[in-house]
Amino acid sequence: MLVIGEKLSIIAKRVREAMEKREKGPIQEIAKRQAEEGAGMIDANIGPAEDGGEELMEWMVTTIQETVHLPVCLDTTNYGAIEAGLKVHNNDYGVPMINSTSNDPERFSMLELAAKYNCLIIGLTVGKGGLPADEEERAAIAAEIMARAMEYGVPLENLYLDPLVLQIATTQEQAIKVVRAVEMFQQLNEPPMKTVVGLSNISNGCPKHIRPILNKYYFLMLERVGLTAAIADAAEMKEALEEKADFEKVLRGEEIEDREKMVVMKKTIDVIEGNTLYAHSYLEM
Amino acid sequence: MGYEAVKESFSGGVFPVRIGKEKEEVFGGENTLPFHKFEGEVPNRPLIAYEIQDVAPEEWPETVRTVYEGVSEDPVKWARHCEEELGARAIALRLVGTHPDGKDLTAEEAVKTVTSVLEAVKAPVIILGSNHVEKDSEVLPRVAEAAKGYNCVIGKAQEANYKTIAAAAMANDHKLIAMSELDINLSKQLNILLTQMGFAKEKLITDPMCSALGYGLEYTYSVMERIRLAALAQNDEVMQPPMLGDVGMYVWKIKEVQAPEEVLPEWGSVEERGILWEALTATSLMLAGAELLIMRHPKAVEMVEKFVDELI
Repeated sequence: MLVIGEKLSIIAKRVREAMEKREKGPIQEIAKRQAEEGAGMIDANIGPAEDGGEELMEWMVTTIQETVHLPVCLDTTNYGAIEAGLKVHNNDYGVPMINSTSNDPERFSMLELAAKYNCLIIGLTVGKGGLPADEEERAAIAAEIMARAMEYGVPLENLYLDPLVLQIATTQEQAIKVVRAVEMFQQLNEPPMKTVVGLSNISNGCPKHIRPILNKYYFLMLERVGLTAAIADAAEMKEALEEKADFEKVLRGEEIEDREKMVVMKKTIDVIEGNTLYAHSYLEM
Repeated sequence: MGYEAVKESFSGGVFPVRIGKEKEEVFGGENTLPFHKFEGEVPNRPLIAYEIQDVAPEEWPETVRTVYEGVSEDPVKWARHCEEELGARAIALRLVGTHPDGKDLTAEEAVKTVTSVLEAVKAPVIILGSNHVEKDSEVLPRVAEAAKGYNCVIGKAQEANYKTIAAAAMANDHKLIAMSELDINLSKQLNILLTQMGFAKEKLITDPMCSALGYGLEYTYSVMERIRLAALAQNDEVMQPPMLGDVGMYVWKIKEVQAPEEVLPEWGSVEERGILWEALTATSLMLAGAELLIMRHPKAVEMVEKFVDELI
């Protein structure tokens, strides 16, 4: 399982300020911590970065790789910024990843870059229109992205299909459909297609204290169906993997020693699978 | 081999809710989908309450306002008229006059109105605020106290004011309407919060928020449908209170019930249009699972009752 550390995102105030002031300290500190927590790649989300995106991505990639010897996941819709990042990326530390292309014609150009620099690329299974309704729509879009990748000369082993995780608090029924999509994507090719998710979106909009719980157990449900990579909180994922044996038991309906944890796992599984209706206080029921 | 119909049965059911003092009414209590008598128990008819107000209904469209001419200036006369002349099984008294943007009547004035209406009728009374979060949490506790012993329904408690209103309903032995805004997860959350403060789930009525035909009815329908399925199929206890369709106030403000025939002759009689609109909105929500309906036009109520006669 490849965990792509999610913390270097422009959405976080501290990171945004460091990016604006080009302060290496906080960026490197966060990168280092994520590496220690087990991240195998560091996501650098600079947002749409319409002005000065190229220079910013260059700075991010070199700043990160100065301290951690890991590849970077270049996260922006700005084509020029992606290319600038790829140019300075040190591939001795691993192959970089482009985040992302999709079935929207405006994003096809990212495939050009993936072919030119022979790097990894995320294919988000959304089109130009609305969100996919279920796993089948996602798989249909995935097949189109795969065809497009081949057309652009991107080897399928470099493509990571992303089913788009949605918020459980508002679109509960999508949670299990995404799990099924991850299963389905793998069957689209031999050897199986690789998959990735932006994990933490599952708990977006949920109360703070239940976010790690939902993140961890959703991650384990995806992991067991063969997920290849997750953009996530590396510390949470490490914890999740430590709980894996217990979680499997609970899924099989067996008991575990820690009763309290068992109840939390059961309730969370029920919410993810759609057996009970989600509410912010679902754990207190 | 003979034909045998496949029957669906559920593990959960809807709580029956009993309201009123002198004359009681019960709604809810089924353990199957709406009107599926062939699959389970449907012990009670949906209850339709006639809506009246503490102040004259000046903002109601003419076609429904004139029906109550001569009685609607006085809530007591109005309530009696509904019960005695129209055969209302329940009265829904909306304290719209307490709204700060309207007459801004005080809690004391509301208490007076409520008490006199309660004394005037035998039918159960549903007491509704003006849907102003702060004013309701001031007025509703007072009227709940004044109505102690009458086993009323108090409403509506929302996320922003549920604590004071629920506490008053609980202390004075009333039932409570819990309203959320067209979101099934928030609806469940509010019911959880209410039960966590000690309010019995068996005394709740869920209002997922109504909307009129043509104005988002399908959203209300879908939320109600899913709430009911959670109650029945998932045996989700906090989703097992009966549901409210607050139909009248959403229907009698849209253009389709008001646009005059001179302007839109192709739409037909404005009176008939309004009645049909209210009846259709109400029957749709009943089919989605609403057991308590608040309505305005007697002819619309009559149509819905006939519809229920045929289904039940």
